Amino acid sequence: MKITSLPIHFLAVISFLLCGSLINAQEHSVAEANDEGPVNTQQEITDYTNHHLKDSHDFHLFSYQGSDGERHSVGFSLPIILWASNGPVAFMSSEFHHDIDGEVVVKKGGSRFVNLHDKIYELEEGADAIVMGEDHHPENAHKPFDLSITKSVLGILVVGLLLIFWFASLGKQYKKKKIPTGFGRILEPLVIYVRDEIARPNIGEHKYRKYMGFLLTVFFFIWVSNLLGMTPFGFNITGQIAVTVCLALFTFFIVQFSGNKDYWKHIFWMPDVPVIMKIILIPIEVLGMLTKPFSLLIRLFANITAGHVVVMGLIALMITLKAQFGAVGSTGLSLVLTLFISVIEILVAFLQAFIFTMLSALFIGMAVAEHDHHHEHDAAGHEIDDVEDVREEFV
Amino acid sequence: MDQLLNDFSPGLFVMQAVILLILILLMKKFAWKPILNSLDEREQGIQGALEAAEKARLEMKNLQADNEKALQEARIERDAMLKEAREIRTKMISEAEDDAKSQADKIITQAQEAIAAEKRAAVAELKSQVAELSLEIAEKVVKDELSDKKKQMQYVEKMLQDATLN
Repeated sequence: MKITSLPIHFLAVISFLLCGSLINAQEHSVAEANDEGPVNTQQEITDYTNHHLKDSHDFHLFSYQGSDGERHSVGFSLPIILWASNGPVAFMSSEFHHDIDGEVVVKKGGSRFVNLHDKIYELEEGADAIVMGEDHHPENAHKPFDLSITKSVLGILVVGLLLIFWFASLGKQYKKKKIPTGFGRILEPLVIYVRDEIARPNIGEHKYRKYMGFLLTVFFFIWVSNLLGMTPFGFNITGQIAVTVCLALFTFFIVQFSGNKDYWKHIFWMPDVPVIMKIILIPIEVLGMLTKPFSLLIRLFANITAGHVVVMGLIALMITLKAQFGAVGSTGLSLVLTLFISVIEILVAFLQAFIFTMLSALFIGMAVAEHDHHHEHDAAGHEIDDVEDVREEFV
Repeated sequence: MDQLLNDFSPGLFVMQAVILLILILLMKKFAWKPILNSLDEREQGIQGALEAAEKARLEMKNLQADNEKALQEARIERDAMLKEAREIRTKMISEAEDDAKSQADKIITQAQEAIAAEKRAAVAELKSQVAELSLEIAEKVVKDELSDKKKQMQYVEKMLQDATLN
């Protein structure tokens, strides 16, 4: 266990050094094209909200009007790593000077890149500027494979490091004492909660242990990510569809790989029904196999996105209702409503982590369940309603 | 939907997948395994302690019952012993009384016998003394009587008269 503490601290030091140098590098850079000052109109508010919901190549905290009349942005740029047509390219996002309208062209590694709405496009041969087509897609540029450390990737890394730091130190505490102290005293009941309320009842006493690593990690990852989204740093990790797709795919593959004979039999040759029904049920069951993770990814994405939109909309009330209520009235109203919805969002942050983990455990439990109860009949000849039957019907 | 697909970033997906996989593996090795093992250990310890306490309680109960039983037995034994002692005492007293009585009877009998023997001896002595005395008197009388011839004759006659021949 001593080995862990070294890399964790090492990584922490490295990341702090990196962040420090990035902030220093960014301090002097001036926002130009994108940052047009305060957000005032309805359109600007919508754009700002949409911009926040998307991933970003900058870590932007806030901007202010300097004494020299120019706008200064506080934050730091993040590395952009691309696999373009001429091989891998890496540079700092500061080279775009906060431009997201595709106007600043960066030449690197024989290719030219623009940042259009926080997506990096590689310009085709011979093109000097981006040309937008009828369908609002660029005509003379394509997206290279973008492995950048974006804001969300940074957030994922921060969450990962936090989790490793918290739980590895909790794990280490047990070497010295039976009952953890300090922050571990908060974390331990949560671990027990996931084990006793999510994994055990859904997967079963004998099989749950194998899936604890996935369930616990995903639970705390989603929860901390959701909570990080509530902070003013403006992370929106679980509101990225790519992230939720990835999480749901993990569940999907774990379920398929742990499915036993009964699980596949219930999909491709449903027992206790006529043959015609068996054939009809195959596509339905296969579809069900896919809709389960799909519902997981959409639920998490939609809940977090909706939460962020509502919070930002309520914050924007202080601008949109200024005419009707005056500056103090609209600000007060916005404050009260935002506070109210933030409390709900903190609940939702936990709830979504719980639901995702709960349903993952449920799907795993259904895949590993022993189905011998289908042939159990009581004295009166009725099938005994097993807990799992009820649960399956419920799902 | 188009917007959603456009927002899907393959790079972010790959990064998330790689980081999540590494995170799961690291957490499994350095966090979840020791935590869950320790929790299991602790829960088993608590279970064991509870069972031991229950066992100890039962043992205590048994012990108490045993004690009660032993006490009861001791009480019965004491009562029996007391009873026996009382009986022995009564018996001893009665025996002693009997002994004393028989002893006293014997002593009395002996005393009576001794008295009777003394009496007989005394009577015998008295008899012999009376006989001697009578003989002496008779001697003296006879001596006196026979001192003169006349008297002797008279006497013989008288005797002869008395001693009628039959």
